[in-house]
Amino acid sequence: MLEIAHLSKRFGGLVVTKDVSFTVSAGSISALIGPNGAGKTTLFAQISGFHRPDGGDIRFEGQTLLGLTPERICQLGIARTFQIVQPFAGLNVRENIAVGAHLHRAGRRAALEHAETIAHRVGLGPQLDKPASALTVAGRKRLELAKALATDPKLLLLDEVMAGLNPAEIDEIIPIIRGIRAAGVTILLIEHVMRAVVNLSDHTWVLNNGSLIASGTPAQIATDPQVIEAYLGHGAAARMQGQQVGGQHA
Amino acid sequence: MRTPTLRTGWAILVFALVLLPLPLLIKSEFWLTWVTLALFYAYLGQAWNLLGGYGGQFSFGHALFFGTGAYCTAVLQIHFGINAWAGFVLAAVAAGIVGAATGWLVFRYGLRGSYFALVTLAFAEVFRILANTFAFTGAGVGLLVPLQPGIGQMQFETKAGFFWLLLLLVVACLLLTWWMQNARFGARLMAVRENEDAARALGVDPFSTKLLAITASGAIAGSAGAVYVQLFLYIDPNIAYGPAMSVEALLVPIIGGLGTIFGPVLGAFALHAIAEIGRLVFGEAPGLNLVLYGLLLVLMVLFLPNGLFGLGRFGFGSGALRRLFKRGANA
Repeated sequence: MLEIAHLSKRFGGLVVTKDVSFTVSAGSISALIGPNGAGKTTLFAQISGFHRPDGGDIRFEGQTLLGLTPERICQLGIARTFQIVQPFAGLNVRENIAVGAHLHRAGRRAALEHAETIAHRVGLGPQLDKPASALTVAGRKRLELAKALATDPKLLLLDEVMAGLNPAEIDEIIPIIRGIRAAGVTILLIEHVMRAVVNLSDHTWVLNNGSLIASGTPAQIATDPQVIEAYLGHGAAARMQGQQVGGQHA
Repeated sequence: MRTPTLRTGWAILVFALVLLPLPLLIKSEFWLTWVTLALFYAYLGQAWNLLGGYGGQFSFGHALFFGTGAYCTAVLQIHFGINAWAGFVLAAVAAGIVGAATGWLVFRYGLRGSYFALVTLAFAEVFRILANTFAFTGAGVGLLVPLQPGIGQMQFETKAGFFWLLLLLVVACLLLTWWMQNARFGARLMAVRENEDAARALGVDPFSTKLLAITASGAIAGSAGAVYVQLFLYIDPNIAYGPAMSVEALLVPIIGGLGTIFGPVLGAFALHAIAEIGRLVFGEAPGLNLVLYGLLLVLMVLFLPNGLFGLGRFGFGSGALRRLFKRGANA
């Protein structure tokens, strides 16, 4: 459904995306993980049209997304959330979600009704008439999700929707994301919360310093020496192996 | 959601019905003129509110549209003998075109906030200098529109005629704003005002949304200019394109309540009451009202960023004004 081929992007001398290629298949939940500064959010920004890649191609349902504006890409069926939440602060929750709902609904009443349905789906039902600025962190993360979902996307890009939530709130949002997939939406998520990644994703890619260093199921990733090194530093994988072996010899 | 919307409709009806018989009740020519002028500034403020209040694009040069409308009618009438009503429509069209052209140039390059404000101010100044130069705009002398009393010439025998015309225009604008607030276009415009990138991520094209808003705002401000010309029968570059008209246009909705339906009407009456009191207290000193307006703007930004409407309830433009000035200070 989404094919990324040899994508590269640099900001001045800093290479943030280095020959990245992967394919997201329809109906899946995939996760993109990696240490801070690995280039995950920049990759999302390129898919959604906010940044222009310097090389490579991004294709969605066979059509290239290169050179399209963010609004055009959203109209094609890719919706994103922002890691740093971007609510319409002066509007209430219902009106916030309705902006997304208006993409495929010209009428105000239809858009507001759809917004209400979505709000109940993500657990924002009781907050419908609150100003967006009055929501808690967890509420704002849900609002990001609701706004994107209201555009009826085929592919949903979720950028750390669980960062800053407590374990109870994470447990609430995991089934919501599963439900979205069950409704036929393909999901690609960036996440640091490993519990969520293990719970949700069919396939995981690991990004480090702009390039993909591993891919596989969450379980395969967790034992990959390159991934351990990326997170814990040079030589960490060997030390962990050494500890296991050394324990037997001592 | 439907209940407050319906209440707004009733409020517009009540407003229209209360003001309708006013010329029959007010015997004093002075007060009738006062109310008529308040309605005129409410109308101009409504034009500004569409772009500034709902779209978050703070224009400091709405005189550009007002003046274009005014000159359009005056020139057409004097040089080509075109009827004032036709001139009124053409003024709106001409100012709408100027609005679209300005918007196309400014929004194309993504100018926002204080930069947008400065460019609109500069455009109005350019037009002021042009109007000062050419003979067909009367240059610095200005244009005198011939007195032809009669409803067919949009010049009324009594002040009451102008009062009813302006009341009609203000009510039409109230209805337009009411419709907009409950339409997809309004939702998108407010989304762009609140957060342009977030709006784009939801499929909203900010360029076309803002372009439509500035075109409509320009057309309405231009039609206000056409009415002004028939009311005062005179226009010169300083009235048409000078900063005074731009300041009135933005101060009226800021005082009343940005991005609210009744804000400009409330603001226009409040502002002109204050200006009148200022005249009574300090006497007639040229430019004094602008000093007073400046002071008022500072006080509003500090203490009532949501305008008079913000006193009563949660306003739509909540904090927009304060954010703009903060942004300006940080830039």
